Amino acid sequence: MMKTITYSEAIREGMRKRMRENPNVFILGEDVGEFGGCFGVTGDLVKEFGEKRVRDTPISEGAIVGCAVGAASTGLRPIAELMFIDFVTVGMDQLVNQAAKMRYMFGGKISLPMVVRMPTGAGSRAAAQHSQSLEAWLTHVPGLKVVYPSTPQDAYGLILSAIDDDNPVVFLEHKLLYAMSGEVDLDIEPIPLGLADVKREGEDVTIIATAKMVHEALAAAEELAKEGIEAEVVDPRSLFPLDKETIFKSVEKTNRVVIATEETKRGSYAGELAAIIAEECFDYLDAPITRVCCLDTPIPFSPVLEDYVVPDSKDIIDAVKKLL
Amino acid sequence: MDLSNEKLIQMYRTMKRIREFETKAAELFAEGRIPGFVHLYIGEEAVATGVCANLKDSDYITSTHRGHGHIIAKGGDLKYMFAELFGRETGYCKGKGGSMHIADADRGILGANGIVGAGHNIAVGAGLSAKYRDTDQVCVCFFGDGSTNQGTFHEALNMASIWKLPVIFVCENNLYGISMHQSRHQAIQDVADRAVAYNMPGVVVDGNDVLAVYEAAKEAVDRARNGQGPTLIECKTYRHRGHFEGDPTVYRDEEEVKEWLQKDPIPRLVEFMLDNNVVTEEEIKKIDEEIAAEIEEAIKFAEESPFPPVEAAVEDIYTDIVEEVRS
Repeated sequence: MMKTITYSEAIREGMRKRMRENPNVFILGEDVGEFGGCFGVTGDLVKEFGEKRVRDTPISEGAIVGCAVGAASTGLRPIAELMFIDFVTVGMDQLVNQAAKMRYMFGGKISLPMVVRMPTGAGSRAAAQHSQSLEAWLTHVPGLKVVYPSTPQDAYGLILSAIDDDNPVVFLEHKLLYAMSGEVDLDIEPIPLGLADVKREGEDVTIIATAKMVHEALAAAEELAKEGIEAEVVDPRSLFPLDKETIFKSVEKTNRVVIATEETKRGSYAGELAAIIAEECFDYLDAPITRVCCLDTPIPFSPVLEDYVVPDSKDIIDAVKKLL
Repeated sequence: MDLSNEKLIQMYRTMKRIREFETKAAELFAEGRIPGFVHLYIGEEAVATGVCANLKDSDYITSTHRGHGHIIAKGGDLKYMFAELFGRETGYCKGKGGSMHIADADRGILGANGIVGAGHNIAVGAGLSAKYRDTDQVCVCFFGDGSTNQGTFHEALNMASIWKLPVIFVCENNLYGISMHQSRHQAIQDVADRAVAYNMPGVVVDGNDVLAVYEAAKEAVDRARNGQGPTLIECKTYRHRGHFEGDPTVYRDEEEVKEWLQKDPIPRLVEFMLDNNVVTEEEIKKIDEEIAAEIEEAIKFAEESPFPPVEAAVEDIYTDIVEEVRS
């Protein structure tokens, strides 16, 4: 069934589908119940599933993630919502030292089917503690999978896979995409983690972009096309596992790469992508790999400053032109 | 006290198995036969034993860096424990965890833990899970006095209390958070006082008296199973050894150590059993011999077991992804 829904609704409908099918799937987090979630993602789910399965928690991020770890290791499939990715810092021990490592430390004798959802990214004038993009921290940790959809359809297909996965999955959601509408096939098979998507085909340059930057890249590509430059836009969709094949195939075709993410540049996941391409695809490159990222600052409050720090399509266009 | 002779003997056996396991672990470590480092439970045996004597196999525990005693009391197999300490393939964790990460999901052991205070919230999750699935399972969360200054302790007690979860918080107050005496790391004498803040019973018990621990834990476990929510039990005890093997323990004086050695929980139980004609000295001797033989056999099993193949290093991170090996 095709339906026009928002990115936020797509995530909710994915959770609803799995909650209907499996009584062991439940949600916990701050204000996820009657309030409907800080960004409205859980919405009316509490009405259908009750407070047992859409569970409001105290403001205790460590306990939210830890509780998910304990529940996942004893037969349930929790979906934990953190209000902002920035708050994962408070629950980091539970995610990094517990969730990510338990299976390994215990010799593979336990599995942790849990999802931690984290609203991510800048642009909402929320300043330095509510606007970060921390995918580099999370992808750095063996034991976690990290997903970051850019469209309602991808959000729907990927949340299904995230819930089905027997490992801890960090599900990043870009705050500025929540209201974005799109056609979503509610009957699709889950989108496997580790499958990139070519959002636009082109021969001259590959732009690898994530989440909101996918849309900035597509806008940039439209502008570049007016000048006869055809950019290919590749959205990894899942940061780990990573679909290297699709990326390499594109690089082999275009020989030029721009990587666009909303992270601060230093130590970014964009840098990891660049390193992978340099190590494994060097012979196909005709120009240096270029990263378009945030400036290396905390995200400032004033709109003038925030817009200056966060990259957009113009920055991508500039980067592409320098390569050609 | 409605404890059968059989139960008392079983508890003696558990305490003695812990003591002998740990004593051997200390020797093996000193001889350089066990890599890494170990934190021993010697002196605190009555706590794990008295608490776990109330648990079923299906109940859960979370443990700590000082976890060997908890694992043994919950039914852990000494062979696989020693094999893990030796880093062998046959260990509980295939040699990937070591002393601080022994776990056995089949016995509800959700892992020892290298992060002080990290088990609290996992225990709450297990308690939530038991309640969610409508089972009568409970989860015991073991931790030291040092961890009660971590935020996780407070988060977990609060959450378990508001949701009336079947969790028993068992504080092993051995007077020291690593080198820091309790009087210096918190402004209270009884950790159990903190239960008031979370509207749950807080009980102080002599942690070197296995019968007292058993009784207190029984009440808490019954409460938890009956849906009456969590309890905080503080067991006053003492570790005979340092924080870790090799710790020079310059921070405590010999008088204090001597005083606590007089309160050793194992001779206390032996005396009780002899006084009440539960066992004879010959029977105790026989049990001790059986345990010594079991330990020798377990060490032999461990030492004769192979190390894991190096390729195993990239396995067991995920259920479905094996990482790349070094080329």
